[in-house]
Amino acid sequence: MKFHVAAVALAAALSVSAHAQTEIQWWHSMTAVNGEVVNDLAKNFNATQKNYKIVPTYKGTYDESFTAAVAAFRAGNAPHILQVFEVGTATMMASKGVTVPVGKVMKDSGEKFDPKAYVSAVAGYYTAPSGEMLSFPFNSSTTVFYFNKDAFKAAGIDTTTAPGTWPEVALAAAKLKASGHKCPLSIAWQGWTQLESFSAWHNVEFATKGNGLQGMDARMKVNSPLHVRHIDNLANMAKQGLFVYKGRANVPEASFISGECAMMTTSTGFYGNVAKNAKFAWGLAPLPHYPDVPGAPQNTVIGGASLWVMAGKKQDEYKGIAQFFNYLSSPEIQAATHQRTGYLPITTAAFQLTEKSGFYQKNPGTDVGVNQMIRKTTDKSRGIRLGNYVQIRTIEDEELEQVWSGKKSAKEALDSIVLRGNELLERFEKANKKS
Amino acid sequence: MEKRVVFRSAWLPWVLIAPQVAVIGVFFFWPAGQALLQSVQQSDAFGTSVEWVGLENFRNLWNDATYLASFYTTALFSTLVAVLGIGLSLILAVFADRIVKGAMVYKTLLIWPYAVAPAVAGVLWLFMFAPSVGVVSFWLRALGVDWNHLLNGRHAMTLVIMAAVWKQISYNFLFFLAGLQSIPKSLIEAAAIDGARPWRRFWTIVFPLLSPTTFFLLVINIVYAFFDTFGIIDAVTQGGPGKETAILVYKVYYDGFKAMDLGGSAAQSVVLMVIVVVLTVVQFRFVEKKVNY
Amino acid sequence: MVERRPLLDVLSHAVLILGVLVVAFPLYLTFVASTHTADAIVQAPMPLLPGTHLTENYSAAWYGTGGGNGSKAPVGQMMLVSLISALIITLGKIAISLLSAFAIVYFRFPFRMFFFWAIFITLMLPVEVRILPTYKVVSDLGMLNSYAGLTVPLIASATATFLFRQFFLTVPEELVEAARMDGAGPMRFFKDVLVPLSKTSIAALFVIQFIYGWNQYLWPLLVTTNENMYPVVIGIKRMISGGDAQTEWNVVMATALLAMIPPALVVMLMQKWFVKGLVDTEK
Repeated sequence: MKFHVAAVALAAALSVSAHAQTEIQWWHSMTAVNGEVVNDLAKNFNATQKNYKIVPTYKGTYDESFTAAVAAFRAGNAPHILQVFEVGTATMMASKGVTVPVGKVMKDSGEKFDPKAYVSAVAGYYTAPSGEMLSFPFNSSTTVFYFNKDAFKAAGIDTTTAPGTWPEVALAAAKLKASGHKCPLSIAWQGWTQLESFSAWHNVEFATKGNGLQGMDARMKVNSPLHVRHIDNLANMAKQGLFVYKGRANVPEASFISGECAMMTTSTGFYGNVAKNAKFAWGLAPLPHYPDVPGAPQNTVIGGASLWVMAGKKQDEYKGIAQFFNYLSSPEIQAATHQRTGYLPITTAAFQLTEKSGFYQKNPGTDVGVNQMIRKTTDKSRGIRLGNYVQIRTIEDEELEQVWSGKKSAKEALDSIVLRGNELLERFEKANKKS
Repeated sequence: MEKRVVFRSAWLPWVLIAPQVAVIGVFFFWPAGQALLQSVQQSDAFGTSVEWVGLENFRNLWNDATYLASFYTTALFSTLVAVLGIGLSLILAVFADRIVKGAMVYKTLLIWPYAVAPAVAGVLWLFMFAPSVGVVSFWLRALGVDWNHLLNGRHAMTLVIMAAVWKQISYNFLFFLAGLQSIPKSLIEAAAIDGARPWRRFWTIVFPLLSPTTFFLLVINIVYAFFDTFGIIDAVTQGGPGKETAILVYKVYYDGFKAMDLGGSAAQSVVLMVIVVVLTVVQFRFVEKKVNY
Repeated sequence: MVERRPLLDVLSHAVLILGVLVVAFPLYLTFVASTHTADAIVQAPMPLLPGTHLTENYSAAWYGTGGGNGSKAPVGQMMLVSLISALIITLGKIAISLLSAFAIVYFRFPFRMFFFWAIFITLMLPVEVRILPTYKVVSDLGMLNSYAGLTVPLIASATATFLFRQFFLTVPEELVEAARMDGAGPMRFFKDVLVPLSKTSIAALFVIQFIYGWNQYLWPLLVTTNENMYPVVIGIKRMISGGDAQTEWNVVMATALLAMIPPALVVMLMQKWFVKGLVDTEK
């Protein structure tokens, strides 16, 4: 600690001699290892030039920092860059005069910027219908499938290829249960993995209007026959003890690490945790799909957050921001961040660089998520953008829980999600219709 | 409950009360007014498009079946939290007051849990009760109880009540102790000399003299149960499974904070405030009559 | 106690021990968790006996090192901020509440009950609900990133006033009469009689408000952008990874326990005042 203070004091003393730096405030929600990455990115960028200083500040979890930003904006002292989770995209987009599209920031400051260099499935989520990029994809993850190879071996299941389809998963689960396994399958982030990403993966609509990317009048479509069929399957598995519900968000992940649950669908971000803490042989595979659905597997949907640029700042500051974003997009920096955090690379160049370096061979499974995304997207799979999305996610949790506990049928629950979700979407549309 | 003997001064009371009134004027009433004003508005999170909608937010609440259901959930939750919180801590305080040996140790250990930061407390409860890996779930299963608060509404409710009561026991215990300390020993001794046994002494002397403290804690605990428990719900069940532990204040917090629906949240706050004000007035009007000052 | 009742003594101890076990069990778990490695804790079920990594975890917590936990602000600095804020809040609250309760109970003036209820109502709207406009007020007053901004808005509460009101109402009338007969003015009475009598209540409130101020999370998060002004709970929360990356639970628990030491000290020190209060009321 003393050394750190001395180093900072020295750096501060040295920088006084340089001309005054423009400070750029960056509010983020990255904790633990990722927090270190943020600090390092800022530090390294600051070291490459003298005009701008990126100041990252941890502002709590995604909803806490969002509230902080709202409060600050209303009081006139918003930060320059704000990290917002993906479900907040519609809110940020709909608020007039609050943000400046990233595409505009880059163009106005004369920085070279090629939207095509970005992976379509990643950047598309944050792009306006006009093709202009609204926010800068920073930490994106996607949905994948983890499985416990040791448990598979004990149940007599072949581990050279992972179960790739849902029927195969059900079969594996049955074998696991027969061999005495208490929790063959569990799912984390159930709304994201089993409804949203599920839809994109099978190239079916989650909501109309390109899942909301094309307009605020989108309405939910998550009670289609395919969705009902899938949730029904899971409900049946739950009844037979093949699928055990372990909680909302990423709480279930602990039960995979401890060896309790043998299969889990969750985020690529879980990789680092598993690599470090799992005391058994494990594998990472693409999200399972239904083989009889045409067009599957298409691509999965991202989760995570992006960086938004707030309005009302000076032109000089926007220049600094543009430079910083260019720095972040350079293949070397992207590849390094991707490898360190497990988040997806946002440019194809970064992906290729990582591939060439042999990283994926040395760390098997790290390319599964990327491969699910590096393909041409369709209107139904580019991303999701719905208003009041935080609440819709909670509705998904609430209704699905009632299916798992046997209180509702799959159809009833999905119909209810559509009903309650559409009500929220209507309200959002109404609240943001003017101007 | 009025003092017979008072001081007379035209200006002194105003001076005495000024600091607090100034602080609450600037930092409570002014912001609170603005917050509540949002209940008749509909705006986006950043306040860039604000529209007056009259009572529409309230009407939306009224039409929401899950909102109405949470009235019952809240009533159940608050009653149990207040009753258990006060009852258990009273027992502990009375016994802690009695003994001499080890008094300091007991008192410290019973008050200290209040110092656990809410963020950490939520995590601890999850650790203990996680359906398969938690220490307490382990024991419960050994006793034959298949603990699963993720899917069983009753288990979930029990868990949040326990977590809420746990936090308050230290708080109530502390104030009961303080109240017990100010009961003159002479009174108790006199009663003992008259032949009254401890049980009798408690109900005829101690409890009545403790009533100002008990009344204070009753009001505070009910306010706590209604207003300050959303943190626990958020950390432990997030209102689930389904909506079975979604108490009114949790929805206020969730809507205002996570979903950024400021109008809806403000409308709910108004409803909640009205309920608690009514409850408090009732307590002051009827229960305070029984308090001995 | 009054007479010797050994059976009742045994019962008392039994109940208290049971109470302590139940109430302090989570604390014990925190301690145990802080002495193991991170992966030992996530295996089911968690070990119940302390492990061997105590010094390792606590130094990691104190110096802000420990592989990859992103909290650069060392715990010592954060605890200082927490200490100063907690003290300001506690002393501030007790001071203004003593004065207000005194005014409300011992004087008659127009709108007296109105002010009592106005103060009381501040309990009925949680901070989170009014946090956005409160932030704006604090920002407009230029109080961001300062101790004033961290503490003054939190002084606006009624618990202390209500408690003092309850206590003042129990003070015998004879004392006031005696003071007036001695020619003492109200402030003299307040200083020489009322405040000393209130020692126990003040002690209790000191503990509660100190811990309340110490454990503040959300308000400091909003009101400060300078990480040097972050109190200790933010540091703890920050180590709990919200995403899928692993949380170093052992270091988190060690930090949490370190953070609980000052409040524990306050609890122990304040107990002295409890006993004193008892002696003073022997009139």
